[in-house]
Amino acid sequence: MSTEAPHHTIDVPYLARLARLEVTPEEIEIFGPQLGRILDHVEQMNKLDITGIEPTAHAITVFDVIRGDSVTESLPKKMIVENAPHNANGLFVVPKVLD
Amino acid sequence: MSSFTPFQSIAATRRLLRSKEISPVELLEGLEQRIASVDSSIGAYIARDLEIAKKEAATADLSKPLGGIPIGIKDAISVAGQPLQSASRILDGYTAPYDATAIARLRSAGAIPFGRMNMDEFAMGSSTENSAFHPTRNPWDLNRIPGGSSGGSAAAVASGTALATLGSDTGGSIRQPAALCGCVGLKPTYGRVSRYGLIAFASSLDQIGPLTSTVEDSGILLNAMAGKDPHDSTSLELPDEDFTAEIGRDLKGLRVGVPKEYFVDGIEPGVRSSVDAAIQQLVSLGAEPVEISLPHTEYAVAVYYIIATAEASANLARFDGVRYGRRSPEAKDLLSLYEKTRAEGFGREVKRRIILGTYVLSSGYYDAYYLRAQKVRTLIRRDFDQAFTKVDAIVSPTSPETAFRLGEKTDDPLKMYLADIFTIATNLAGICGLSLPCGFSNRDGVDLPVGLQLLGRPFGESRLLRIGHAYEQATEWHKRRPGQIS
Repeated sequence: MSTEAPHHTIDVPYLARLARLEVTPEEIEIFGPQLGRILDHVEQMNKLDITGIEPTAHAITVFDVIRGDSVTESLPKKMIVENAPHNANGLFVVPKVLD
Repeated sequence: MSSFTPFQSIAATRRLLRSKEISPVELLEGLEQRIASVDSSIGAYIARDLEIAKKEAATADLSKPLGGIPIGIKDAISVAGQPLQSASRILDGYTAPYDATAIARLRSAGAIPFGRMNMDEFAMGSSTENSAFHPTRNPWDLNRIPGGSSGGSAAAVASGTALATLGSDTGGSIRQPAALCGCVGLKPTYGRVSRYGLIAFASSLDQIGPLTSTVEDSGILLNAMAGKDPHDSTSLELPDEDFTAEIGRDLKGLRVGVPKEYFVDGIEPGVRSSVDAAIQQLVSLGAEPVEISLPHTEYAVAVYYIIATAEASANLARFDGVRYGRRSPEAKDLLSLYEKTRAEGFGREVKRRIILGTYVLSSGYYDAYYLRAQKVRTLIRRDFDQAFTKVDAIVSPTSPETAFRLGEKTDDPLKMYLADIFTIATNLAGICGLSLPCGFSNRDGVDLPVGLQLLGRPFGESRLLRIGHAYEQATEWHKRRPGQIS
């Protein structure tokens, strides 16, 4: 791995908080320079003139896809809820949200 | 009754089944024996359920196109009632409640899903070293990686422990491991195969496809899987097509584009010489070579790692310890439940990409990164549109190098990402791509497979398979077997 410091810096703890992801001090130490170097590489995009270019969200053009407004069969509730780590009475159980 | 022979194609196995030379149950038992004797040194499989598969084999309808044919399934594709984890700890304990549409279609063609194939966690990686289970080894050199992310799918076909497998390709995850293991991998056009039941990585790039020992087999599997699905609004309604129909026709009058940006310094010499020879072979089969330019190729890796991580950071938000998989026992409140579950459940590469994706989508950076990347994506797509006005297919190496050593790139993610340079633009443009064996490159005294990549215009799979098949039939590469395994 390159030992030169990347030009870009990235606030790993802040972004991890936005992503609801706990990171260890060791991970902050590792991810910071790695992501900085990736952003250095990404910077080459700035060389291009993109004036007037439309963004592509999907490569193959699909227009609005609308299904009929009709009730169809769903997956069995029991099967879905039982995949949850904590469930009871056919419901997902989470820690208390409101006091 | 004959016994199971490894490395048989689907087409050949189908003949044996129909002529009753082997029964579907004997086929499965033979395959299981082969896996038991070989896979401990490869690690292509995460798990398999022989009893369920045998029950299905016992009632297999051999009149169907894939009657009695077992297919290994990448651990990202839902098989009803089977565990499904995308090789991640965060999905510990999860059971797929339904069949992915690709699986349901394979089943209605008579196939039997058998085995969960190893992969990089959430398909993020090019080496299968990011699996939470174990690394997979390259059958040609056990010290080397099989490629990724569909490394288990490729290694199984290459070691004769599966007739064929399914993988998924977001930036080369079918084609690159196929190349590095010496088998065939097809990434269909975006929208060709339903993504319903595929654990999402980057939804605008992901596509399910086959890994097989012959080009024809890829067409046979695509025949079974392709088509519009109401459960995936990006799957497309297209006329029915037999993707094997052009197979056997010659290459006279076809033009193959040779993009100058794909033949640059930095390609392993043995890869370069094999691909150059393959192009000559295509010419001797009647194809006309045309030099073309794909001028925005150098931006593909940058664009990809913005768009793919942005989409991944959104897609992976659902893994929060509430609805599926594991939950951290350390959680004290809802916020710490999310944060700790995700910290314990995701591996390093996944965390890295979630953070990068969060960054490029965050306030103040969106225009500079995500929106700009989407615009450059337009330029990349236009490169291909223009090229396909001149040529029927584009030819290149699948990967700039053959299989690297385990651990060689794990500390340097950018280096790992740059190895995807030839496969990534395909997904950004949504077009189809095929990788097939085209020779060997000797590294440290070991012959390692080289992959030839053929790219086609949207919905041009039949043409690609025709070119690939003609090349395959004129060469012997696909008949060589790895020597390090019995």
